[in-house]
Amino acid sequence: MNSASDEPRSQPQSLTDLFVSFTVLALQGFGGVLAIAQRELVERKRWMTNEEFVEEWAVAQIMPGPNIINLCIMIGGRHFGLRGALAALAGMLLVPLLLLLLIALLYAQYANQPGVIGALRGMGAVAAGLIVATGLKLFPALKKNALGMGVCIAFGASCFVAVAILRWPLAYVLLGLGLVACTLAYRKLKA
Amino acid sequence: MNIVLQFGWNDWLQLCTHFLSLSLLAVGGAITTAPDMHRYLVDQQGWLTDRQFNASIAIAQAAPGPNVLFVALMGWNVGLNAGGLWHALLGVLLSMLGIMLPSSALTYFASRWGHANRELRAVRAFKQGMAPIVIALLIATGWILASAHGDPAHDWPLWLTTVVSALLVWRTRLHLLWLLGAGALLGWFGLI
Repeated sequence: MNSASDEPRSQPQSLTDLFVSFTVLALQGFGGVLAIAQRELVERKRWMTNEEFVEEWAVAQIMPGPNIINLCIMIGGRHFGLRGALAALAGMLLVPLLLLLLIALLYAQYANQPGVIGALRGMGAVAAGLIVATGLKLFPALKKNALGMGVCIAFGASCFVAVAILRWPLAYVLLGLGLVACTLAYRKLKA
Repeated sequence: MNIVLQFGWNDWLQLCTHFLSLSLLAVGGAITTAPDMHRYLVDQQGWLTDRQFNASIAIAQAAPGPNVLFVALMGWNVGLNAGGLWHALLGVLLSMLGIMLPSSALTYFASRWGHANRELRAVRAFKQGMAPIVIALLIATGWILASAHGDPAHDWPLWLTTVVSALLVWRTRLHLLWLLGAGALLGWFGLI
């Protein structure tokens, strides 16, 4: 499961590579692209390790804007500067947008067909599972965390309860729990 | 119910400005600002019907690609209401430009700064401290999506599908599109 971290690293070869890779990535993401992002970027392309993915994801999540878009801007920018960020962004948006407009035109005609409604429901159920599994796969990345596994689990559990059970607004949870966790990490890193 | 709009340059500018103003508030994704979009586009300006607003979000969620494209569909529908295909394309362009530009620029520069200063204790503490929280957030997101399934006693096939697909993705390297395809088929034939 963690083997991706130990194998040789790779990186995007060109702006075209970035554009194509992110187009392929985006087109696989039904109901959100995150689960695909971990699979493609870490396990298949090996552009980053699980640990790096979590670190980048933390930044992408805390910044305003769609986190998957933030992630692609960061990766594109890391390798090819502004042009890389734009190529990755274009890959993420261009083809999916055209496809979406096509679907929107078709949807008007088939929106009420039971088969279509059922298929969307089925894909939604699978997509929920994909996202949970991504979280489970990234969990081992915490082994090297300065906070220690016990504290990590405590923060993770609080975050889950606040967001999934109590349904508190995300911004408050991120700022509140995040501030405490980062302060603790800051003190641990000193030692 | 359809609406027909007379759209001037001033209205296009306001459409773009509205999304510009929401961009930096969208921590956790553009969808967190959807309530304010509804307030402005549907209630205040009357540029979209309720149905168009909801369909924009639903279609973008179901289609491949990043969910933020629901904003493009809103621009598209405003444009359609304002007079047709070219207006719709202009609506897509302006709404996406608005929602993307400020947050993307901020992320770009912040991540460059963070990478250049990655050895700083504060930067390392930020990444280490946030890691458990963002991982838990993923599991919470999956949970929230799954709880839209409804009552587990009655809708157990949907829950089962979610659990099985989570286990398969976690433990195997099966391609994700097979799983999504299987979910679509099961749903199409009314099995879940």
